[in-house]
Amino acid sequence: MKAPALALAIFVAVPFAHGQTNNAPSAADGIAQYRALLADGNPADLWEAKGEALWKQKRGAKNVAFSDSCDLGKGTGVVKGAFVELPRYFADTKRVQDLESRLLSCMEAQGYDAAEIAATPFGRGEQVNLEALVAYVSAESKGMKFNLPQTRPEERLMFEVGKRIFYFRGGPYDFSCASCHGEAGKRIRLQDLPDLTKNPGDGVGFAAWPAYRVSSGELWGMQRRLNDCYRQQRFPFPGYGSDATIALATYMGVQGKGAVSIAPSIKR
Amino acid sequence: MSDPMRIRAQAQGSGAVVRVLMSHEMETGQRKDAAGKTIPAWHITEMTAALNGKVVLSGEWGTAIAKNPFTEFVVKGAKAGDKITVNWVDNRGDKRSDEAVVA
Repeated sequence: MKAPALALAIFVAVPFAHGQTNNAPSAADGIAQYRALLADGNPADLWEAKGEALWKQKRGAKNVAFSDSCDLGKGTGVVKGAFVELPRYFADTKRVQDLESRLLSCMEAQGYDAAEIAATPFGRGEQVNLEALVAYVSAESKGMKFNLPQTRPEERLMFEVGKRIFYFRGGPYDFSCASCHGEAGKRIRLQDLPDLTKNPGDGVGFAAWPAYRVSSGELWGMQRRLNDCYRQQRFPFPGYGSDATIALATYMGVQGKGAVSIAPSIKR
Repeated sequence: MSDPMRIRAQAQGSGAVVRVLMSHEMETGQRKDAAGKTIPAWHITEMTAALNGKVVLSGEWGTAIAKNPFTEFVVKGAKAGDKITVNWVDNRGDKRSDEAVVA
């Protein structure tokens, strides 16, 4: 008696499995709907408000505010439009810097120990303030298009290095960023993966970070996002504000030229 | 000191739609830290909303409310220029009160 029942069960299960593959886009639609529902009360607003206050507050041993001392590429204290042009080359530090490493340099100018902050785990100490600043600065460029400068040789070098890191296969699972993000239509579980070798669209990929992660209740900047990509690849952690992360950001930012930033966005 | 709430109040029809975003850990007391020690419960226990000083909404909150909670409600009869005040108290006795003007 048992055998036919089992056979029937398998027979029924097979077309069902086919149905599931065909329904994949609807699962993505479900996630999109969920995000739209959450977007109205995006807690990233809280980080933004905190970041704005921090930007104007006199801090550190030197008692200076970011608004009076920090140049994000558009002039001292200018925030609007700065985010969509980062990473870029800064003459004072002689480095190509992304938002977070630049903020770190500004903190150093306030009298903080940048190396110590870079070594602090995410979500502790001054890293908490960095998250808030990142939310505020990126929010000031919401709706603007990415347009990273590539005029300096240093910036072009960073792009080239970033491209090589992006395509570099390695780790125990032997895959690169490009293995998952090198063509359209790929996904991990139900998450659609953006193709980061070109502009994947407005508010997708590079243009969606920093973001509030509902699952952990934290605000993640690009540095933390990349750190987690390295973890998924089982690579050694790249180091906060390291040249490798900035090179990758330069590559993604340049390839995503013209994409509208929605940061800080909300993620599952 | 807790971080301020973000309150948006917008006149709509015969009332106002109020959206409140609170900054709170809302720790349930069920989780353990890296060392294996229980993280003590820390959450909002009471929230109230008032229109021009008169309470129009009150709630008893517990551990089932998410971290950084978002609340949306409609206040009947609220007009542009009216004052909306939102208060919360947590289980440590910490309080927060913020207000917004209906736009």
